[in-house]
Amino acid sequence: MAGIYIHIPFCKQACSYCDFHFSTNLKNRSRIIESIIQEMIMRQNYLEEEPIETIYFGGGTPSLLTKKELDVVLNQVYKTFPIAKEVEVCLEANPDDLNKQKLIDLNDLEINRLSIGVQSFHNEDLIFMNRAHNSDEAKTCIKTAQDVGFKNISIDLIFGSQTTSNQMWEENLNVFFSLDIPHLSSYSLTLEEKTKLDYLIKTGKANKLDEDKNFQQYLILQDSIDNNGFEQYELSNYCKNQAISKHNTSYWSHVKYLGLGPSAHSFNLKERQWNVSNNSLYIKGIAENNLAFEKELLSERDRYHDYLITRLRTKWGILYKDLETLFSKQLIEHFKNKSNLINPELVKKESSGIKIPRQHLFQSDEVIRSLWLD
Amino acid sequence: MDNIRNFCIIAHIDHGKSTLADRLLEKTATITMRELQAQTLDDMDLERERGITIKSHAIQMKYMHEGIPHILNLIDTPGHVDFSYEVSRSIAACEGALLIVDAAQGIQAQTISNLYLALEHDLEIIPVLNKIDLPSAMPEEVKDQIVDLIGCNREDILSASGKTGEGIAEILEAIVQRIPAPVGDPSAPLQALVFDSVFDSYRGIFAYYKVINGEIKKGEKVKFVNTGKEYFADEVGVLKLKKEARDSVKTGDVGYIISGIKSAKEVKVGDTLTTVANPCKEAIQGFEVVKPMVFAGIYPVDTEEYEELREAMEKLQLNDASLTFEPESSAALGFGFRCGFLGMLHMEIIQERLEREFDMTVITTVPNVSYYAYLNKTPDVPILINNPSDLPEVTILNKVEEPYIKAQIITKSDYVGSIMNLCIEKRGELLNQIYLTTDRVELVFHMPLAEIVFDFYDKLKTISRGYASFDYHPIGYKESKLVKMDLLLNGDQVDALSALIHKDKAYDLGKRICLKLRELIPRQQFEIAIQAAIGAKIIARENVKALRKDVTAKCYGGDISRKRKLLEKQKKGKKRMRQIGNVEVPQNAFMAVLKLDD
Repeated sequence: MAGIYIHIPFCKQACSYCDFHFSTNLKNRSRIIESIIQEMIMRQNYLEEEPIETIYFGGGTPSLLTKKELDVVLNQVYKTFPIAKEVEVCLEANPDDLNKQKLIDLNDLEINRLSIGVQSFHNEDLIFMNRAHNSDEAKTCIKTAQDVGFKNISIDLIFGSQTTSNQMWEENLNVFFSLDIPHLSSYSLTLEEKTKLDYLIKTGKANKLDEDKNFQQYLILQDSIDNNGFEQYELSNYCKNQAISKHNTSYWSHVKYLGLGPSAHSFNLKERQWNVSNNSLYIKGIAENNLAFEKELLSERDRYHDYLITRLRTKWGILYKDLETLFSKQLIEHFKNKSNLINPELVKKESSGIKIPRQHLFQSDEVIRSLWLD
Repeated sequence: MDNIRNFCIIAHIDHGKSTLADRLLEKTATITMRELQAQTLDDMDLERERGITIKSHAIQMKYMHEGIPHILNLIDTPGHVDFSYEVSRSIAACEGALLIVDAAQGIQAQTISNLYLALEHDLEIIPVLNKIDLPSAMPEEVKDQIVDLIGCNREDILSASGKTGEGIAEILEAIVQRIPAPVGDPSAPLQALVFDSVFDSYRGIFAYYKVINGEIKKGEKVKFVNTGKEYFADEVGVLKLKKEARDSVKTGDVGYIISGIKSAKEVKVGDTLTTVANPCKEAIQGFEVVKPMVFAGIYPVDTEEYEELREAMEKLQLNDASLTFEPESSAALGFGFRCGFLGMLHMEIIQERLEREFDMTVITTVPNVSYYAYLNKTPDVPILINNPSDLPEVTILNKVEEPYIKAQIITKSDYVGSIMNLCIEKRGELLNQIYLTTDRVELVFHMPLAEIVFDFYDKLKTISRGYASFDYHPIGYKESKLVKMDLLLNGDQVDALSALIHKDKAYDLGKRICLKLRELIPRQQFEIAIQAAIGAKIIARENVKALRKDVTAKCYGGDISRKRKLLEKQKKGKKRMRQIGNVEVPQNAFMAVLKLDD
């Protein structure tokens, strides 16, 4: 199995916390789409004929694309790669783009999962985060999506923001559970360099992030998912009725993926590579038949470290049978020695492997670092 | 001998000594432009970066004056208070000195103290106003200062710019005309003043000296009078850009000797060199064994690197005889060394050299001075205390004495008030206040050396916005009300953080140290209590809250590489921390007391 990620590097406006690659200048839009199609053809052998189980439009803001633009891209995917029968086709969308017609179009395109960037149901938060929508638009678009026929819907909610009190956070969660959607991606607000939020904090125009509040809101989240029949299957991802994000899960499952578009990451089990994070340079590279990217060849050490990073975020954790197929005897020995030294509260040992109990996922980096090679 | 001139340069840091010296070398064709770029008088990287000369060197120039070749020996002096004894020995080897004063900044404390040293040795002083090309130069005012200070004629002051090369020719002329030739008896037994030594990993120690009387010949058996050690003079010569071997070095000249000496410890600056066959009757006056003033523990961050650290320290000592060290062990830090330094700068230099030249990651503990403790049962017997942890229990302790210094500060009159406050806060006692000019004041204090070791320099700099210069000399020991303050992390005493402090300041300092440590110790899986205690009494407490979040939430779009690199960086950072009990303490926390106001 394998996945395809398509990065749409445009946004109407910049969210204060976001450091993903995007441009608010939309003039290169058609050339980017042409280039992405071109890249697909150039790299059609990257996944070595593995059937595609997931297609994911990320960004940026993929919901900015028209029906026609999405159609062209999707068609090229179907033409170029072998597609599995039950393919997940997911699109990230912002509430302000999701009017009824748009949702009908997306449904027509057989996009079968929506990941909606709601972030909060409080206008105060949305303004601070510099989002383009308001709370009502968020609620409305979800209902319309359900009316149009989307069942597999996820929304993003951010906690720990300077503007979000614990009460506001509880209210956000209550709204979420009242909407009857099966998936939630809930992120702790993380400060990234060179974002507007970083600037605001450095210049004293916003408070520093409150780590204790962040943690309190994580615990509030834990309680409320329990009370509503959800389960946490990854650090920031929650679902009911097994409605996991198949695409994101592939990142944590040692599965190949091909990333198309500027800044997109690819992985073929041996190497990781990522395209240049610059729209013009990306277009130029494609035009010259010379893709602009960086690549790293993974040593066994890197592969081991990546395995720990990705697996210990999830409810599945480290599996001994995986270790045995992927790594040398010495490395497995190292793993066993180190895992015996870890604070037993932080890990749960089972006969099949070890995992981090969810109340400690917030401290998972500590566990990962101590299991690593020195 | 009549055509030899030996001189040094007296200047404050950044007043342009090195640049001016380079110009002299260039003008006398001792060094070409190309060589100049590749090499200056300051050899070590560290010196170049800090812009100061740590170890003195000497260089010989040839200069034609009225058709007669003259030999000019420039003896370079270290430019920092920590090295004042070495400066005094370099000065003793000269007959004259260039007094370089920055035309924009005027006279500074260090210039004055070194000038007094030069005057004590009857050196001919040639005042040079440097950096006259600067837009901010105030040549007339600074000339007034110089006239006031040394009582010279206004027209004796030369003007120069090391940058443009202006005035260099006049300086060379003045050196020949004004500085007297050395006097000495060429037929007397050899008597040479050792003013420096340099370590070479192939040939061992080069000792630098000036021949006062007699001559030193290759192949002779020589003796250092104060250490009593004897060697064969394998090679003697003079110090051009590269060393030039000679059959002998004669009266009045400056040269080097290689004699199979392996370590800088064997050569004492200020010692007298003579021959075994025909020794001089007396040693040259002024020899002292340099004693370290500041002590601190140096420990490897990784306990397994103790032996490597020992080797590194031994190698450093080969070319830095003023560094002392002896093994010690700390309950908190394991095995390490108690090291003695000439001062705070010297300590920083050693720490940096360990990291740069030997790739060692070390923890330096809170520095302290040497104390004398007296016990009740033997109240007349001083016990030397170089480590606060060694202070005897209060119940058996009679009294403690600490070293005092005479501190000299020169500043603008605007800052006098705040500098006085600082010195009084630092237990200083004002002795004298002299207006050098209407807006330049010299303040003289007696104060405990220990206060200088704490955050004095940084504070002085801040208060005076950089317009204060500082110099000091030890003046002996005085009794003091000192107590030992201990620091505890989660209830466990950390001996490496103990300090002797004045009783009246204990509460305030305890509070501030706890606050500083709270800032420096990262949050960990559990809450950490930081306490300051005197004996069994807790005087301050702060908590580091437990770590709540140690995770990068975002790991999407398949970018695993970035997360891996971030974790690698964090893991590396952890390696620079030291586990004490169950608490991980970063390297810099051990010096926290020095940076209380940052």
